[in-house]
Amino acid sequence: MSTVIATPKPGKPWTATPQQRLITASIYLGAVLVSFTLVAITPMKGKLAYFVVFFFSSLLIDFILSYIQRGMASAKDAIARGFVSVGMTLAVLPIFSILFEVVKRGYKGLNINLFTKDMSLTSVNDPIGNGGLIHAITGTIIMVAMALIVAMPIGILTAIYLTEIRGKFAAPIKFLVQAMSGVPSIVAGLFILSAYVYPITGALSGFAGSLALMILMIPTIARTSEEVLLLIPNDLREAGVALGGTQWRTVALVVVPAAKSGLVTALILGIARVAGETAPLVLLTGGGEKVNLNPFDGPMGSLPIYIWKCFGQGTEESIARAWSGILVLLVIVLALFISARFLSERKVAK
Amino acid sequence: MTLLENKPADIPAPREITTKPRVSDKIFRGVVTAGGLSSLVILGFILIFLAYQGYDVLKAQGFGFITGSAWNVFTDESGNIDYTQTKFGIAAMLIGTILCATIAVVIAVPISVLTALYLSFYAPATVKKFMIAIIDLMAAFPSVLFGIWGFFVLMPSAEYWAKLLHKYLGFLPFFDMQVPVYTRSPFIAGVVLAIMIIPIVTSISREIFGQTPLDRIQAAYALGATRWSMIKAVVIPYGRSGVVGGAMLGLGRAMGETVAVYTVLNIVYQINWQVLLGAGGNVASMILLKFGEAGTGEIKALMAAGLVLFLLTLVVNSIADLIVKSTGAKGR
Amino acid sequence: MDKTATKPSSLSDVAAAKQKKSPGAQSLGVGLEARGVHAWFSGKHVLDGISLDFWSGTVTALIGPSGCGKSTFIRTLNRMHEFIPGAQMAGEVLLDGKDIYESGTDVTKIRLKVGMVFQKPNPFPSMSIAENVLSGLKLAELKVADKDALLEDCLERAGLWSEVKDRLNAHGGSLSGGQQQRLCIARSLAVKPQVLLMDEPCSALDPGSTLKIEETISHLSSSMTIIIVTHNMQQAARVSDYTAFFLSDGGPGSMIEVGPTSEIFSRPRDTRTENYVTGRFG
Repeated sequence: MSTVIATPKPGKPWTATPQQRLITASIYLGAVLVSFTLVAITPMKGKLAYFVVFFFSSLLIDFILSYIQRGMASAKDAIARGFVSVGMTLAVLPIFSILFEVVKRGYKGLNINLFTKDMSLTSVNDPIGNGGLIHAITGTIIMVAMALIVAMPIGILTAIYLTEIRGKFAAPIKFLVQAMSGVPSIVAGLFILSAYVYPITGALSGFAGSLALMILMIPTIARTSEEVLLLIPNDLREAGVALGGTQWRTVALVVVPAAKSGLVTALILGIARVAGETAPLVLLTGGGEKVNLNPFDGPMGSLPIYIWKCFGQGTEESIARAWSGILVLLVIVLALFISARFLSERKVAK
Repeated sequence: MTLLENKPADIPAPREITTKPRVSDKIFRGVVTAGGLSSLVILGFILIFLAYQGYDVLKAQGFGFITGSAWNVFTDESGNIDYTQTKFGIAAMLIGTILCATIAVVIAVPISVLTALYLSFYAPATVKKFMIAIIDLMAAFPSVLFGIWGFFVLMPSAEYWAKLLHKYLGFLPFFDMQVPVYTRSPFIAGVVLAIMIIPIVTSISREIFGQTPLDRIQAAYALGATRWSMIKAVVIPYGRSGVVGGAMLGLGRAMGETVAVYTVLNIVYQINWQVLLGAGGNVASMILLKFGEAGTGEIKALMAAGLVLFLLTLVVNSIADLIVKSTGAKGR
Repeated sequence: MDKTATKPSSLSDVAAAKQKKSPGAQSLGVGLEARGVHAWFSGKHVLDGISLDFWSGTVTALIGPSGCGKSTFIRTLNRMHEFIPGAQMAGEVLLDGKDIYESGTDVTKIRLKVGMVFQKPNPFPSMSIAENVLSGLKLAELKVADKDALLEDCLERAGLWSEVKDRLNAHGGSLSGGQQQRLCIARSLAVKPQVLLMDEPCSALDPGSTLKIEETISHLSSSMTIIIVTHNMQQAARVSDYTAFFLSDGGPGSMIEVGPTSEIFSRPRDTRTENYVTGRFG
């Protein structure tokens, strides 16, 4: 037996070698060539034609190559690989298109006035610099914050009921929370209209809007919090109780703190869920053009309504305004989403 | 063996273990239970209030409300609805709802399942993480964004696809067209809805595929399976019903969508089965459309329509939820 | 079985009783060779340079305490190792003289030749008993002229035929744990592997079922190479021709000693092996 002194370098012999990568690359190159030729010599035209021809020709080349090298099973595997890859591409294509188009069409409308002025003195044909969406931003912040104040305790209590108390209603409540997450947003709007606006105030207001947002927020917060609390190991709970803690103290001092960042993630996702909600606000808020800081009195603007109105007005300027409004909304949603990701990553790392 | 000899002659009845919760725990449990029951209360209130507001209309129209397709409002001098002549029927919009949502599911489910398979069994770890984040992000996009993007960006392409469908598959009755108006059709609304429900169907399918017992997957590979034959033999039998549940959940979402459909669909109050023709509607977007100019009487009819939509999505979602859960729970 | 009749008093006697065929004399040549196999998980070195030859027609037992890398090693032999995220390896595994890790190798063909039976019985639940046995053919798209004969042959060799021949269309899940594991063995046999890897195949089974599986192993060993990971030293002594002892001192697991089973259990060269097989640790 030969003595081996040095440990060899770890490797992954199962990953593709440069040579295999070259073959893969040449398959795609060949498919590109085929698609250009076919599109040129046949009446087929357009992006769609390139895409379709490229897909089928690369599939065919891959199929034949795999068949020659390894037989039928492998050839079928190649076909399946082609299809799942194209499925993935189709699924993410819209999102890249959305991000690209929103930035491309929205950045022109960005200026400082957007964040300092409202639309009260601006007409639909005014140039972009006139007017802004400060009324919409303040309105959205106020409404979402008010919705959060109610939805947060309800959502988290629901999650605690499901994971800590596990009473006899646990199964039906889980089911109802799921059902609630499927309530169409327009129905939530109609409900507040019928239960709050008509019988009580008789007038549209920001508060009515935030009530509808609350209904849409609760299931998101409850479900995410439940997932987070389920990740807390049972040992922690048992340790808390074994130390003589009551259930209330164990939950308040052990379980909830351990899940803190996850619960914050749940709140952020709840905010992201409703920040762009449009339909109920159209019914409930009146959508004012002026900064209004009192949610109980008078119409209140919001970002989605701003976008909605500008889009509906249809002039060139207002469409441009709509796109910049979308850009602002998208940035907010992205920021919320990324911070939620960041927090949940940290939770996993710990 | 003294221990054995001392064994009591008969087995005692099990003692009941009782704990008397402390006052603080009682309060805690009470508060949490109340919070937990709030979803029941809210759903109950939605049902009660919409039914209460819509009662007059539903009573006057009876079953005609969901089978009729006319929406004609007549009022007397004082502005009250004249129920002898007024017709409220949402059949056209219900059919439109189902049509758009079905198109969305037909497009979204294959794409989502393929994507979920890619993410679960094909993607390298780094790509997988990135793509999952991207798809989750897409789920957080507001519907107004999808609507306006669909109107300005997708519509021109989708119109072209619609023309191709008509040209090559026009012999199928639902791809037939008498009037060549391709803009703002149920097909285009369906495509936008499909894009909107891809994230949810994908993430449910991925979750289900991820639950496939690893030992079965490895057993298949150890028998010389290729990735595809493994998926066919192990993953699909395991996850099939869960994917059906996910698709239904997507269907429920697509049925309740308002703003995106309103933006890209030409809402016309008639029954239209030709998916490529630029006329259609769904209940949610109809409510939004009619709300602006509706008087008190008509708003009651919209409340009734909202009730029908609520019950419809509730039923679809509940069935979907049951299917998904039973897949997760079963061992096979 | 005569080895049970002699009522051996110690493990070395069991091993000696089993030692009917002398190593090399009956072997059909070197079937599978590991050459300096190392393995890592996410950068952690878990297996240190294992070189081991498996002679065709012999049973080799891999023994050692938990975490010594036995299972990792056995999984490198048919390339199941690479399914674990973060897995890496170095060294060569030669099957009929060809490195199975060589680039361009069709890994599905390797797994057809080197079959595997897992710790927990895992019949495919959506398939009947017969379909389970023949599932490998479907998975690898192999064609067989006479499926019924193959079915009977595999179940016969796995020692299950007489028990299930009347209910071949019943679900795989309807069998007992031990029967399920023999069904899994039959399933592996259907694709005619040269080598069968068994990763603690009896750890989830009761003693009676364990005995049946061991009988099955002795039957099979005449026609194929078997490598079995086991925690049960009685079992190693009863079924194997050769035994390899693995140990980890906190670092990567390495092979301390390999030899004919009778020698490992009667006069091991290394004191650590002796301590382990006599039950002083592990």
